Amino acid sequence: MSDCAMSEAAIKPVEENIASVRDLKVHFPITGGWLKKTVGWVPAVDGVSFDLKRGETFSLVGESGCGKSTTALAVLRMQPVTAGQIIFEGKDVTHYTPNEMRPIRRGMQMVYQDPFGSLNPRMKVGDIIGEPLVVHRLARDKGKYRERIRELMDLVGLLPDMADRYPHEFSGGQRQRIGIARALALDPSLIICDEPVSALDVSIQAQVVNLLMDLQRRLGLTYLFIAHDLSVVRHISHRVGVMYLGQLVETGTRDELFSHPKHPYTQALLDAVPVANPEIEAQRPHKLIVGEVPSVRNPPSGCPFHPRCPKAMPECKVTKPELLMQGASASVACHLYEPI
Amino acid sequence: MSQAEVHVKPLLDIRDLSVSFGTDGGRVRAVDGVSLYVNEGETLAIVGESGSGKSVTALSILGLIGDSGKIDTGQILFEGNDLAQLSTPALRKIRGDRIAMIFQEPMSSLNPVLTIGKQVAEPMWLHRNMAWDDAYERAGELLDRVSIPDAKHRLHEYPHHFSGGMRQRVMIAMALACEPQLIIADEPTTALDVTVQAQILSLLKNLTQELNSSLIIITHDLGVVARYADRVAVMYGGRIIETASARELYKNPSHPYTEGLIASVPSLDGNPGEPLKTIAGQPPDLANLPPGCTFAPRCQYARDECREGKPPIEVIRPGHERACLGYERIEEQVDERLRHE
Repeated sequence: MSDCAMSEAAIKPVEENIASVRDLKVHFPITGGWLKKTVGWVPAVDGVSFDLKRGETFSLVGESGCGKSTTALAVLRMQPVTAGQIIFEGKDVTHYTPNEMRPIRRGMQMVYQDPFGSLNPRMKVGDIIGEPLVVHRLARDKGKYRERIRELMDLVGLLPDMADRYPHEFSGGQRQRIGIARALALDPSLIICDEPVSALDVSIQAQVVNLLMDLQRRLGLTYLFIAHDLSVVRHISHRVGVMYLGQLVETGTRDELFSHPKHPYTQALLDAVPVANPEIEAQRPHKLIVGEVPSVRNPPSGCPFHPRCPKAMPECKVTKPELLMQGASASVACHLYEPI
Repeated sequence: MSQAEVHVKPLLDIRDLSVSFGTDGGRVRAVDGVSLYVNEGETLAIVGESGSGKSVTALSILGLIGDSGKIDTGQILFEGNDLAQLSTPALRKIRGDRIAMIFQEPMSSLNPVLTIGKQVAEPMWLHRNMAWDDAYERAGELLDRVSIPDAKHRLHEYPHHFSGGMRQRVMIAMALACEPQLIIADEPTTALDVTVQAQILSLLKNLTQELNSSLIIITHDLGVVARYADRVAVMYGGRIIETASARELYKNPSHPYTEGLIASVPSLDGNPGEPLKTIAGQPPDLANLPPGCTFAPRCQYARDECREGKPPIEVIRPGHERACLGYERIEEQVDERLRHE
């Protein structure tokens, strides 16, 4: 599959890809016995390929254990890669050493889910935001350093006068703004957002979503957005990939995927999300799929979704479907579909 | 299932409940003069963000507010008793028997060293004087009813053998064991995956309907409210600011906070890419509540009297109440907008 995906990418007209992931595999070792020998492998991410186009938001959605966060960490090379390729700004960075990665990291930054756990409580907010500049030795001129911090705080809607305060003096929404300002410090082109709003109150989520969209427009950022909240994903994304048990089962543009979901899992996921409108809810069919996501340790044979799939056929138990194109901008891994 | 016009005696009737907690910085009032009722067979959702007082209201019903919490004023009337006045042993008789509770994190509510069967059987043995063997057998039936596959054989297993969704099913089985009149579910599915969340909530709703029990769902998820609730109470800063049937609330939100909250949620049928409507400012700090309306600091319609006194609750339509002094102002602005259009 990797060869096929690579040759396809090579033939396609060159759209400017800021990053590409080719047949990515991340397998975690299972250790056992008192010698802690490796007795098996957990395929957390098992053959995922996608491109990130400059200036777009590509979202990875799925339930816990689907591998979306592991994929994101692997793109940042913060997670050892078992197989596959990660290409960033035209360079294959898959096997870069930490020293070689250092300049590359300036271009890719991360915004974390938990604004309470991800900020050092003993550091002043200005220093938290400026720390990446210090790490990358860009803070030699103190005046310029402080000026940059003020600029960043202003950019994310924080009062620059708050730079000398500590994180506990800020609310959840403001802390997430601090996290975003820190991620922007090095002027990255790609930002990986791992569930950036799911820990926030409903009325604050909207503020942060708006900020992220506004920053994208102003700075031309590319987002790899990891989330489980489909309504937020629909709002912010240009393209979406749906993951299940370490694999991409469907990709498509936002409108295609939300209006015409193809994979039975995508359909089930969309059915399960309640819409905040009782009149629409009363008319929805609520077809619930049975069962829960199986353990990644023992993924089912064939299609990983077949034990829960309402449309499963005998073939699905045996052969794993490949992610095949459906028209120009969508793909699905399901035996119900012929490649178009 | 609008209950507004039916004059039945409510199953649970909370009147002017205030609850405070002792903290290092003095007493903090988490619930401030809350009145609400639940009718028989009805599903009431209490909606609010963190610190709104929704969970404390629910926990107070069963006296589960710990040593630092205290009910300052108010009555909690249930089946002829004022639960606010009952002693702990008397409350213990009601908990799990007449009123059951389901919590957000099933792993911390289940005893890790007792088998599932023992835990599900216990309330029936305790409250219903059932022989242990009978209770144990009935536990198997209950696990079957909450769709746990191979239930009879799983009675001997421990909570850690179960997945998150399965544990929450066990919690539901325990809650239903004594066929309670009222089930309180505090964010029952927040920790679960989307597809499992839908399964659990539908199961809970169906089983309470079969028993003709009432259900209180505490949640921050407006989608969950829309799908499962008959009636909704919206809380903010320790007070109920609006109550209505679910349909009425989403159609005619009449408090600026409710209006803002509904508008700020991106929906699966909205316009993607456009800026979302937001509520400016931050959620209230319970230790530093403003003197008047708790929402006034974030409210675009707030005027001077909003900052002075607590807005009274008024009925604006049958079954639809809200606490807002700026309301006329909102109506005027809507009229204004309509004129312009």
